[in-house]
Amino acid sequence: MDLFEWQAKELFAKHGVPTTAQIVVSTPEEARAAAEKLGGGPVMVKAQVKTGGRGKAGGVKFAPTADDAEAKARDILGMDIKGHTVKTVLISQAADIGEEYYLSFLLDRANRSYLAMCSAEGGMEIEQLAVEKPQALARVAIDPVTGVDEAKAREIAVKGNLPEAIRAQAVDLIVKLWDVFTAEEATLVEVNPLVRTPDDQVLALDGKVTLDDNADFRHKDVHDAYRDISATDPLEVRAKEKNLNYVKLDGQVGIIGNGAGLVMSTLDVVAYAGERFNGVKPANFLDIGGGASAEVMANGLEIILSDPSVRSVFVNVFGGITSCDAVANGIVSALSLLEGRGEELTKPLVVRLDGNNAAEGRRILTESNHALVEQVDTMDGAAERAAELAGRSS
Amino acid sequence: MAIWLDDSSKVIVQGVTGSEGQKHTRRMVAAGTNVVGGVNPRKAGTDVDGIPVFATVSEAMKETGADVSVVFVPPAFARDAAIEGIDASIPLLVVITEGIPVQDSAYFFNYASDAGSTRIIGPNCPGIISPGKSNAGIIPADITKPGRIGLVSKSGTLTYQMMYELRDIGFTTCVGIGGDPVIGTTHIDCLKAFQDDPETDAIVMIGEIGGDAEERAAEFIKANVTKPVVGYVAGFTAPEGKTMGHAGAIVSGSSGTAQAKKDALEAVGVRVGKTPSETARLMREVVGG
Repeated sequence: MDLFEWQAKELFAKHGVPTTAQIVVSTPEEARAAAEKLGGGPVMVKAQVKTGGRGKAGGVKFAPTADDAEAKARDILGMDIKGHTVKTVLISQAADIGEEYYLSFLLDRANRSYLAMCSAEGGMEIEQLAVEKPQALARVAIDPVTGVDEAKAREIAVKGNLPEAIRAQAVDLIVKLWDVFTAEEATLVEVNPLVRTPDDQVLALDGKVTLDDNADFRHKDVHDAYRDISATDPLEVRAKEKNLNYVKLDGQVGIIGNGAGLVMSTLDVVAYAGERFNGVKPANFLDIGGGASAEVMANGLEIILSDPSVRSVFVNVFGGITSCDAVANGIVSALSLLEGRGEELTKPLVVRLDGNNAAEGRRILTESNHALVEQVDTMDGAAERAAELAGRSS
Repeated sequence: MAIWLDDSSKVIVQGVTGSEGQKHTRRMVAAGTNVVGGVNPRKAGTDVDGIPVFATVSEAMKETGADVSVVFVPPAFARDAAIEGIDASIPLLVVITEGIPVQDSAYFFNYASDAGSTRIIGPNCPGIISPGKSNAGIIPADITKPGRIGLVSKSGTLTYQMMYELRDIGFTTCVGIGGDPVIGTTHIDCLKAFQDDPETDAIVMIGEIGGDAEERAAEFIKANVTKPVVGYVAGFTAPEGKTMGHAGAIVSGSSGTAQAKKDALEAVGVRVGKTPSETARLMREVVGG
């Protein structure tokens, strides 16, 4: 889960990383009140969107007074920044900036460890820094077993070329930022810019944090509080409530399959087939897992059939752990379960069953003789048929 | 021969008394696996279908000579279970558990590297099977047969699909390495082992979006693999920034895309199928089956 800047800075403060006082608001009037509460200005008014380049888009403004904060908030709220609508702004105490640095910890997948990155030349996007001044960006490997102690933090500060005058403060901040990374179970914590004020204070002015969804069970409070339901597709919210692994896409062929890899592959195969049928595309990713029980199948079908853009559905199951006869029975009972719930079923279903006990599974579906269900024996053939059905009804 | 797992392997199951653990222990036994014990500190002294349950991995190893452990314990306990196996110097630790926090996986992977005596497969993987010999994990054994292809895949069901499509030719060993951002055994480890295995004639490599493991595997193939490799990559239609089922399957910015992986593999002479079935056909051409 990617966090908003205000959430990142809140976690920084929680672990003692020095940062500026802040209040997050969603109306211009609240922006004024917040600025007054923070001493009447000057403050920064910052669009809260999960994308880079806010400053260039005009989403970050300086406001010397509370009046001005209200006006700036009015300008920024509702703005569109790279497809993200600004619903909240952060009012934070303005800081005098002497120098800008860069600091981050992240998961290093390739080396199966962590990486600290630090530079005395901050203030620009890290991607740009890495390209334009690679020699100015220190990369220090962190061993997940030993972590970051004061000596390691000093190594990071020295290699990043952070000035001697503020080094002790920086070392302290690096250790605390490592606390944020480990205690909150992040895969990324980034401070950009980390600033040195003219009176030699070191402050985290902006932050980016990604939390590990797999660690949800240990951080339920934080994750629940920070989850941005409003930005999530309503179908995705419903699917999550039913513990379904669902991602909404923008096509017309509904997809259900078992296993993440097989479902990803199904999306691709449907997209290729769709090129021949009015360019239809997959409407979603839905992995019902290895088990593929009738109830899960019914829940999945319900979500997909309620998606207005879906014109046909492709159920692609490989019977491995669960044999195909069980899956076929699951599909048959899922359909009657949905009809029992009063759903009017109108969209055609193309089913491909293969693997363990495929012949028996296909026999069960054939005998159930459901008007909407059509079987195709191969994945490629079934994708073709589902795309054809969706393309034809356009 | 096979890689890492054969008919001499003695397997124990950590979490043998849980529902998943029991179910899959039975399936492993039915597939001919020599399951010699289970581990659960609270149920030591009991048995599951006659398989003795021990209190610790080290006790189980001492009593049975086990050299493979399959871990089925829930995510919250997986790190401790893995460390217990590593402390006991179990040569092969197969972590099936899905949903382990990545900091836990990073910890136990590096802990194992420091100890130097345990290979980890997974987590979030279906395990490893050498058909006709032994099966450590949840891969269905009856959809294929022994043969001369080696298979390595991030995805469970795509592994099964490929095993099934090429069931008439058969496999030496199939390794599901898992879909998490941090995994113990990589595509490269498997490619190296298959290259060195005299009974493996050709290799199928299945990848998916996220990270750059496939790109690095391509470099490795160029420098080290002389056996034919056929590839498949899933996730061409995956949108940027969305996790597609597997925790590691995410395109971030322009990195981790399926296209980049396919290009990297094709650049070193790997034939990459457009669909799983086409990939199987390519392998058929390679082995002349």
